[in-house]
Amino acid sequence: MSQRGGIAPYLQAAPLALVFLLFLVIPLAIIVMVSFWTYTDYSIQPAFEVQNYLDVFDRCIVRLPTLCTTFRTYLSTLTFCAIVWALTLVIGFTVAYFLAFEVRSPTVQSLLFLVCTIPFWTSNVIRMISWIPLLGRSGLVNQALIGLGLIDQPIEWLLYSSFSVTITFVHLFTFFMVVPIYNSMLRIDRSLIEAARDAGASGWQILWNVIVPLSKTGIAIGSIFVITIVMGDFITIGLMGGQQIASVGKTIQTEISYLQFPVAAANAVVLLGTVLLIIVGLTRVVDIRREL
Amino acid sequence: MTTSLKSGISRRTFLKTSAAAGAAAVGSGAVTGFPYVMAQEPVTLRYLGTAVNQSKEIAEKVKADLGITIEYVPVTTDEVTKRIITQPNTFDIVDTEYFSLKKLVPSGNLMGMDAKRIKEFDNITSVFTKGELDGKKIGDQGTAPWKVFYLAGNKSKEFSPTPTEWISLIPTTYNADTLGIRPDLIKRPIESWAELLNPEFKGKASILNIPSIGIMDAAMAVEASGAYKYPDKGNMTRDEIDMTIDKLIEAKQAGQFRALWSDFNESVNLMASGETVIQSMWSPAVTAVRAKGIDCVFQPLKEGYRAWASGFALPATLEGRKLDAAYEFVNWFLSGWAGAFLNRQGYYAAVLPTAQKEMATYEWAYWMEGKPAEQEIKSPMGDIIAPKGAVRDGGSFAQRMGSVACWNAVMDEDAYMVRKWNEFVAA
Repeated sequence: MSQRGGIAPYLQAAPLALVFLLFLVIPLAIIVMVSFWTYTDYSIQPAFEVQNYLDVFDRCIVRLPTLCTTFRTYLSTLTFCAIVWALTLVIGFTVAYFLAFEVRSPTVQSLLFLVCTIPFWTSNVIRMISWIPLLGRSGLVNQALIGLGLIDQPIEWLLYSSFSVTITFVHLFTFFMVVPIYNSMLRIDRSLIEAARDAGASGWQILWNVIVPLSKTGIAIGSIFVITIVMGDFITIGLMGGQQIASVGKTIQTEISYLQFPVAAANAVVLLGTVLLIIVGLTRVVDIRREL
Repeated sequence: MTTSLKSGISRRTFLKTSAAAGAAAVGSGAVTGFPYVMAQEPVTLRYLGTAVNQSKEIAEKVKADLGITIEYVPVTTDEVTKRIITQPNTFDIVDTEYFSLKKLVPSGNLMGMDAKRIKEFDNITSVFTKGELDGKKIGDQGTAPWKVFYLAGNKSKEFSPTPTEWISLIPTTYNADTLGIRPDLIKRPIESWAELLNPEFKGKASILNIPSIGIMDAAMAVEASGAYKYPDKGNMTRDEIDMTIDKLIEAKQAGQFRALWSDFNESVNLMASGETVIQSMWSPAVTAVRAKGIDCVFQPLKEGYRAWASGFALPATLEGRKLDAAYEFVNWFLSGWAGAFLNRQGYYAAVLPTAQKEMATYEWAYWMEGKPAEQEIKSPMGDIIAPKGAVRDGGSFAQRMGSVACWNAVMDEDAYMVRKWNEFVAA
């Protein structure tokens, strides 16, 4: 590659930079700005006040160790995040491993990969809602268990509970783990695995010392997908949690629908900060840029 | 234009281009004030509202009767308010609830409607104009319509306590809400709002997750339990909000609620599937459950109903032919056909005499007078909703609207209430 000077590279990068500026940086700057404004029932007014942030963290310190609404909401969202991340990682990694290493023929590989995308042919919401008749009080699972004589009373916690939220999240988002991990695994040089085997490594050793480290980029990217989606979600939590489980997104949505834009913006800034912290932490562990 | 002139276009071509541009603007309807051109064009009114009144049948009938095309913009209750405040030019007529007016009127985005241009104005039920029914006062807690009915002027941002010519909303429908129950699963009479928080229905109750309405249902339940008597459930103090939310949190942590719901279909599904047996509900949702052949009752309770009312308003910027068309449409709406259509769904029409003319005697007797149905009662879409001999839940119009305890409201402490409601959801 020859060295290119001048402004050509900048011009080439300009369209994307411009798109980011217009649709990401400027809107974000506006959100941050509005989060310091004041509001009434029907208007928002420019100001520079931290009241919205004080409202977000209303009595959070005084009440400790009892958690305030915001801390409680974040704790609940972060817990979902951790559980869903762990489950999608294990399942996603296994599926990707199977596709990349157990299936030998590239045609079958692509075919099976396409099979994984089939659920995406229907809408997200429909895939979500389809769990309801399955898990409900008189749903298929309860009917089957009662029919088999295993239980007398229907199990209540199957639906509108943390359980149903988790299962739906895992169902919806595992594929976001599968894709990047599968992609990373395909790039692993097969001779490395042969070398490891020749050197006497067991199957588990190969997995742990060769495949996992070389799939790290995929794992990190998949994790970013899953974590950011779960952190911002309020539809799944609302629908499957019977709206009784709080999420930061739902709080923001309620505030927006009551025209409290500034406090919603403050909440959004706090959420953004939290997600960014998690992602910075992740990139500390895996240097995505270098490994790509 | 200045640049093109500089670049040497002759005066003649310039005139030609601007004339063409002008004509194009008129053709696209962008320029108003040419009534003789516009009158020949069909008018389209963008009708913003919740889906409640936006029936296909009504739009078709308007098209046939007036030649006006109604283009529905269906959104949720909260979204209507948001649209009026943030995008007041995206609709030509709006159907919204009276309680939202406290937020809408001060924004100046709506105009008062001229009572003199409303043909049936004097026949609008006294529920709206005076807060009376057959001379009897109706419960006025919350944002009762007569408190926000009159504006100080056409483009005024203030309400008028005394009657004026300018009306904030021309009423379309209203109703008295109560709890929906599944009598087949409860198997005993339900008479009080207190039952919503009764531990007997642990894990089988639901309350709606629209803070401003949910808190009212909760207050009805708290008051019915004898724990506290609110001076005004529709305008609580911070302490009262705290107390009410604490009661809700207590119930939630004890597992009282199976789920919370925020849209019509969710409430129907919860009830129809038996996930809940008692919950906050809306009249047409009860009808929808019944249409599935499931026993569901919109149970009248001794403490009374929580009422709501909605009506038409026009954006402050509406003018010319569209303004005339909007008045024409509102007058049509009050002239009977639409009123009968709404009455048959279980709502009430704003002008009752005209609606009565469009309904059969047996229909009027069932829906409005609380008498047993002389023949099968059908919805406007033709589904059978009540068999012969059935009586409407809650009885007659006078019985139902006469026992209203409070109205949907926007409280002075609205922002605080929403924050506390979020705490309830998070608990």
